[in-house]
Amino acid sequence: MADDGAPKVGRRGFLKGAALGGIAAAATPAIAAAQTPPNGGTGATGPRAAAAAANKAEPRPAQPVSTASESSQREEGLTYTSCGGDYMTDVLRSLGIEYFAATPGNTFMGLHEAIVNYGMLTTPKIRSLTTMHEEASVAMCHGYAKISGKPMACMFHTTVGTMHASMAVYNAYADRVPIFMMTGVALQEERRPGGVDWLHDATDGPALLRDFTKWDDTPASLTHFGESAVRAWKFSMTPPYGPTLLAVDTQMQEDEIPGGAAKRPPIPTLPRISPPAGEAGAVRDLAAMLVKAEHPVITADRCARTPAGLKMLVELAETLQAPVCDTTNRMNFPWRHPLSQSPRQGQLLSQADVILGLEPGDPFGLANRKNKEGAVRRFVKPDAKVVTISSVELYPKGNYQDLQRYPSNIDLAMEADAEATLPFLIEEVKRQMGAKSQYEARGQAFAKMHHDDLEAAKRNATFGWDDSPISMPRMCQELYEQIKGDDWSLVSDTNFQSRWPQKLWHADKHYQFIGGHGAAGIGYLTPASLGAALANQEHGRLSVSFIGDGDLMFGPGVLWTAAHERIPILYLVHNNRGYHMEIMQMQVIANRRNRGIDRLGIACGIDNPNINYAQMAKSLGMYAEGPIENPKDLGPAIKRAIAVVKKGEPALIDVVAQGR
Amino acid sequence: MQRLVLSLAFVGLAAGAAIAQDAAPKGDPVHGKTVFVAYGCWQCHGYQGQGGAGPKLAPNPLPYEAIFRQLRKPRGTMPIYTHVTTPDQDVADIYAYLQTIPKAKTVAEIPALNDIQP
Repeated sequence: MADDGAPKVGRRGFLKGAALGGIAAAATPAIAAAQTPPNGGTGATGPRAAAAAANKAEPRPAQPVSTASESSQREEGLTYTSCGGDYMTDVLRSLGIEYFAATPGNTFMGLHEAIVNYGMLTTPKIRSLTTMHEEASVAMCHGYAKISGKPMACMFHTTVGTMHASMAVYNAYADRVPIFMMTGVALQEERRPGGVDWLHDATDGPALLRDFTKWDDTPASLTHFGESAVRAWKFSMTPPYGPTLLAVDTQMQEDEIPGGAAKRPPIPTLPRISPPAGEAGAVRDLAAMLVKAEHPVITADRCARTPAGLKMLVELAETLQAPVCDTTNRMNFPWRHPLSQSPRQGQLLSQADVILGLEPGDPFGLANRKNKEGAVRRFVKPDAKVVTISSVELYPKGNYQDLQRYPSNIDLAMEADAEATLPFLIEEVKRQMGAKSQYEARGQAFAKMHHDDLEAAKRNATFGWDDSPISMPRMCQELYEQIKGDDWSLVSDTNFQSRWPQKLWHADKHYQFIGGHGAAGIGYLTPASLGAALANQEHGRLSVSFIGDGDLMFGPGVLWTAAHERIPILYLVHNNRGYHMEIMQMQVIANRRNRGIDRLGIACGIDNPNINYAQMAKSLGMYAEGPIENPKDLGPAIKRAIAVVKKGEPALIDVVAQGR
Repeated sequence: MQRLVLSLAFVGLAAGAAIAQDAAPKGDPVHGKTVFVAYGCWQCHGYQGQGGAGPKLAPNPLPYEAIFRQLRKPRGTMPIYTHVTTPDQDVADIYAYLQTIPKAKTVAEIPALNDIQP
């Protein structure tokens, strides 16, 4: 910690300097020195700062506040030269936070103004992004973190904003994703001028989200804010990752720093975070099981937190020539790797003698099945050993049931972060294996299976190829044909597209897929994709996303944010004109009652009238085409849209498509 | 959602290939297509029975008896279709429609699939 609490140049002085000599970043040295670049992430200076400074997509740079009459007004006590909001801004950027998403609200305008008029104009920059719903703010952070590997900040109004945000927070919590969240709170009654200000306040606003946030605090001073902010970031980025929340007093944001700039608190130091790795004895035992196993199976759920996680999983699998079943919540394993055996997961698990689950979202499902009545049966071999490595149980919470059913057949539960454990496991496996490689034949058999699965998928994709509404494989392949030569990133899930990209596309980079919602809360895809695209932007990657029509209509204002902020992304609206999953489920119920399904559109249809998504997107400032009903029109439309995206703009295509 | 993945293929095997397709009663494929849509079969199986959340039904549908049995006493989580909601003749018509669905293009005829390398 190098900051002695006294800024080298006051805010006004800084702005004058900036106006005279460009962005000189007078406050930067003190801020940058406060933090070590955390956990492999980017720090507050260097390439990230340079990229931020060169941010070409910044739509409307704020103007420095006029200082012409500063002296006279200062004397009258009408203005001030330091403020809590600026200090908070410096704390945020000391943590490497580059973006701040918010739908404005009057309990946090003190910080919001500071971000816009101070954070966006001084380096390292924090860019303010305007959203049209608090759920969108949080979901953007969700998608951003899965590409960048670090938290983005968002802030929402007390009570109403928190309520709006809640669904997206639960998604992020269940998806084990770090987010730096803040909400405003007017702690003192005299700062609640009117009736609505009382309605928009709570004595414990974070309580609403406490069941599904990792940690929260309501700091009572700026010093306290600094410490709690760094603590929130640290907790958020310690596996299991998760969203954290600070309720920040409105007055503290808005007012002058008590005692003036000279009393500005220091910025606390963030340590390098070492994630919890598996205990040595357990790692040794697991390695012994894997080395001796004839039919080991590795399942990976939220294993690869970083690109290194993917590479290490490849190394482990290749060392053992063991199949990997990726449950698609992260980009854990290359889709076309010969050992990628996800379509055969059930079969492989039933034949396995050792099953290794890496950060399993449903450890119960590794070895058990249940019937309609809930009766459980173990479907794996009686003597199969089941081992899990999971950080989730290091931070359990009650109420919300994100742990799934209790897995009673686990032989070894390693309470640790899987990615952090992999280096030790690989080393131990290699040590116990010795020089010989006895698994070559096993690997060859899996390579053949993978090849057969690919050929089968290609044949299955031919059925309905020319159909209208457009088939899922046709939609996916028309997109892939246009992006396969680019550095692409699929920033949406593929569940509603029946996993066709996983079946047919080549993907071997961590950023090429980000998994799904976490808690299956609809309204995630459109904003989360945008957040991920924001993270991809500085790398020049081509972001593409499948979004459902129902998902989009939870918050179509996200399209305006995409256009307003000029975030390049291609949205393909999978328009099946209904809440399709619910249609299928309600069919079951209606037919059990012998009532037929012909009236279910009343409950689950999104038609009559059909929504023209392209028209809607255009009205929000975005390039758009559609509705595309003829599959022959889809490829050319995608090609035109990608040309727009490559110029740095978002685009949308409405694809009238099959249900799944 | 996964619970709705149906087990027609499995049932088809269980029914046995010995049941000849010509055992199906005569049906009207035009009306069959209408009720295939009206009864929501397409929601899981696609408008041309190509599959989706549920398995592929066409071309080359399973024997009539297997499909009839799955409709009346479904395995898995497929909705039940009783004679009240789906008269026998409608089932026959749906089957007739499935039989009219033409053979798919081959992989070689579709560059977007044929060009995929292992």
